[in-house]
Amino acid sequence: MSASISHASSSATPGTPLMQIDALSVDFDTASGPIHALRHISLSVMPGRILGLVGESGCGKSSLAYSLIGLLDTNARICGGAIRFGEQDLAGLSESHWQALRGRRIAMIFQDPMTSLNPVRTIGQQLIDIQYRDRTSRVQKRSRALEFLEQVRIPDPASRLDSYPHELSGGMRQRVCIAMALLTRPELLIADEPTTALDATLEVQVIHLLRELQQKHGCSVVFVSHHLGTVAELCDDVAVMYAGEVVETGSVETVFRTPAHPYTQALLACDPASIREATRVLPTIPGELPDLRQVPQGCIFQARCPQVFDRCRQRSPDIYPVQGEQVARCFRVASEEPSP
Amino acid sequence: MTSTTTAPFMPPPSWLSRFLRGLRGERTGMLGFVLVTLIVLAAIFAPWLSPYDPTAIMTGPPLAPPSSAHWLGTDNLGRDLFSRVLAGGRVAMLVAAAALSAALTLGVALGLLAGLGPRWLDNLLLLIFDAIRSFPVIVFGLAVVTLVGPSLFTVVLVVAITSVPIYARIIRTQAQSLRSAEFVLAERAMGASLPRLLGIHVLPNVLGPLLILASMDVPLVIATEAGLSFLGMGVRPPTPSWGVILNDGYNFIRNSPWPVVAGSVPIVLVTLGFTFLGEALRDIFDPRLQKAN
Amino acid sequence: MITYAFQRLLLSALIVAVAMSLLIVMLHVVPGDPATMILGPRATPELIAQTRAEMGLDQPLPIQVLDFFGRVLRGDLGTDVFTGRAVGDIVFGQLPYTLVLIAVSIAWSAALGILLGCYSALRAGTWLDTLAGIVSVGTLSIPAFVMSLYAVLIFAVGLGWLPAIGAGEGVVDGLVHLILPAFAIGISWVGYVARMVRASMLEVMSAPHVRMGRAFGLTQARIVRSYILRIAVQPAVTLLGTGVVHLFSAAVFVEVIFARPGIGALIVSSVNERNYPIVLGAVLVTTVIIVLATLVSDLVVALLDPRQRDAL
Repeated sequence: MSASISHASSSATPGTPLMQIDALSVDFDTASGPIHALRHISLSVMPGRILGLVGESGCGKSSLAYSLIGLLDTNARICGGAIRFGEQDLAGLSESHWQALRGRRIAMIFQDPMTSLNPVRTIGQQLIDIQYRDRTSRVQKRSRALEFLEQVRIPDPASRLDSYPHELSGGMRQRVCIAMALLTRPELLIADEPTTALDATLEVQVIHLLRELQQKHGCSVVFVSHHLGTVAELCDDVAVMYAGEVVETGSVETVFRTPAHPYTQALLACDPASIREATRVLPTIPGELPDLRQVPQGCIFQARCPQVFDRCRQRSPDIYPVQGEQVARCFRVASEEPSP
Repeated sequence: MTSTTTAPFMPPPSWLSRFLRGLRGERTGMLGFVLVTLIVLAAIFAPWLSPYDPTAIMTGPPLAPPSSAHWLGTDNLGRDLFSRVLAGGRVAMLVAAAALSAALTLGVALGLLAGLGPRWLDNLLLLIFDAIRSFPVIVFGLAVVTLVGPSLFTVVLVVAITSVPIYARIIRTQAQSLRSAEFVLAERAMGASLPRLLGIHVLPNVLGPLLILASMDVPLVIATEAGLSFLGMGVRPPTPSWGVILNDGYNFIRNSPWPVVAGSVPIVLVTLGFTFLGEALRDIFDPRLQKAN
Repeated sequence: MITYAFQRLLLSALIVAVAMSLLIVMLHVVPGDPATMILGPRATPELIAQTRAEMGLDQPLPIQVLDFFGRVLRGDLGTDVFTGRAVGDIVFGQLPYTLVLIAVSIAWSAALGILLGCYSALRAGTWLDTLAGIVSVGTLSIPAFVMSLYAVLIFAVGLGWLPAIGAGEGVVDGLVHLILPAFAIGISWVGYVARMVRASMLEVMSAPHVRMGRAFGLTQARIVRSYILRIAVQPAVTLLGTGVVHLFSAAVFVEVIFARPGIGALIVSSVNERNYPIVLGAVLVTTVIIVLATLVSDLVVALLDPRQRDAL
């Protein structure tokens, strides 16, 4: 009988967010000036639900994910906002407080399974390492490790405990990482593109595994990805990011079926799976990402937006409700007629 | 009639200008460069810079401390230490140049043989290289001296042989990777001969890093020469060498520290100078070497 | 792991064999005749020929090589030209002194070097790091024999604190006599090891698996020990393994300067006497020990890093 409590069902009552991100802003200090990588991010992570963070490369989704576990690079600064988790504000939390949270209430899975595991310790040793806070015996920790290896469907788990990471394939290593993350019974699991480095068939298996285990353990998941199809299949809610801002949030059904923000609409239109008639030219979004050292005045998407009008260039839009829980940061949503 | 102004023609940066520009960012490199230049100049112009004949005895009271007449003092036979140090510098630089040139030449040759020749030759040469590297230089030197007798030539021979494996291995790796490179196979299919390809592709690429490694080996070579001479196995008297100065100093260490100081300071300065210079060269021209060393 | 060790052992034996063959071959390629060297310029041709026959120098080269190995494998390393004693006895009598000297030098310089390098990496960029860097470069610039001379000059002649002659009597006195010699040999290695450990630690510290360790809330101590240092220390172990060669060279000087017994002093005195069998025997034993040291360091690395075990 495991002595650790199931954290997932302890803290938040349904309806109140497990984690509330309020107007979070993060700058990266570089030699050529600060990069305003994240600006006024507001998100809610609801208990027991999977939130997808989606957007093109460079939109800041990984930076956001790392800030939720306090593992941003040393040149990163949180310059505004809050990350509320229980009674604590994680923005500006000291390293020792972070250490108390990580591997207990918050866990993370990384993108590249080939380099995430310690190459000089066996799988079993690493699974036992992370239980160092438990007062159970080594035998009990080992059997817990075995139990979770079975949950992620590692074949012959007992002998795998004594294997080294380089003796396992990429797909198996990622399963081990998932087992490690869930073994700590976190309330929040952050997954930073966990299937990007895997081929398509492995990706499907890992996604199904994540879904199954999330339902079993009841934790919340923040799932970062640039692949819309995966997010649509796995996640309950989705937040679309562009150039450091969240431009639309809502449930996966509403956002993917009736996207409100022009960027989301363009993203979905670009997905090859959505092409209805035969064409020689794949749709793209023209233009480039803005330079985040000098954030332009007005809406962040103005340079590439097919529905842009004058007000977009003068003021930054607030977050406006679309329908139900769905919201978007766009003037088109704010009122019925576009006023100049 | 107005003449059209064009941008001034900028020749592509030569090795020297690249080096000098890069050097400005490296303070230790500059120090090394200055030290090495001074040492080399002192070695070349030693006869004109020496106030006394380095082998002349009783130019002053024996074992005297530094004074205006004798900048580094005198040794047990009254010889001026400063002049002896300068002359020793000549010997050191000579040994370094001769030994490293020999080692580089032999190393390139053997490395090419190993990399491009038949497999059995490669294995045999590798085994020989490993065997040579198992000999401590001094022990090897002493063994050779048993057979040949002590002399400057012995020192050069010993240092050269023990340095060959390192350079040979590098050339071998380059040659091997070149041998199976696709563009080489293509050129050979068109009739280019292997030696020609070597000359065009391998040697220019590898000469630079080799020279950098060689410059970082200079301190070791000089220390070996000084060491062998200290044990009486190197240069024969009356030729002064830093090692000989140190040996005399050791025998009279209870009487005066100055010969020991005089013999050791140049060795340390040479080591510092070439190490700093070598590292700066490496950082400027080939940062990849940081792993190899 | 066992197969790896066995393969390495075979390779090492082969290297020793090749090394000794090279040495014997050199006898013939290089001008000069050992018998003449030993007997001096006034020896008669008959005496020279007789000595050559005694030393087996008149046999064809391959026979000489095989003969040498045959005798070695039977435990006979030859006889001292002057006293007639077995070379093996003489060499193995001196060997322990050198081994103790080298072992103590490696032990203290590796320990201090790893600590210094580890500390510098964890405090990279601070003035402590810069200071440690300067100290490292400074110490590795001074060759061991120069350092020995200064050690004698400062601590023995100048201050009179520590002895500079001989190996002492008994354990405690022996240790006191080891202080200056082991210091002289080890000090430049502290710099080498520290720089190597610092560089590889900085590299490993930014590795993804370290970030993952932090993501699971592992303590800094555990991360440094099992996730960083266990990997970062490997190049230093290899460095020391191959460095035994240089350590032996340094030991030769140190034994001469401090008038200590040992293989180094033995070789030097034998060379001065042109005592060719002793030189050959001592070089053989030295080579075997060095090759063994490299083997041990490779095995230690394989112990630390399971990925290396398949790498042969």
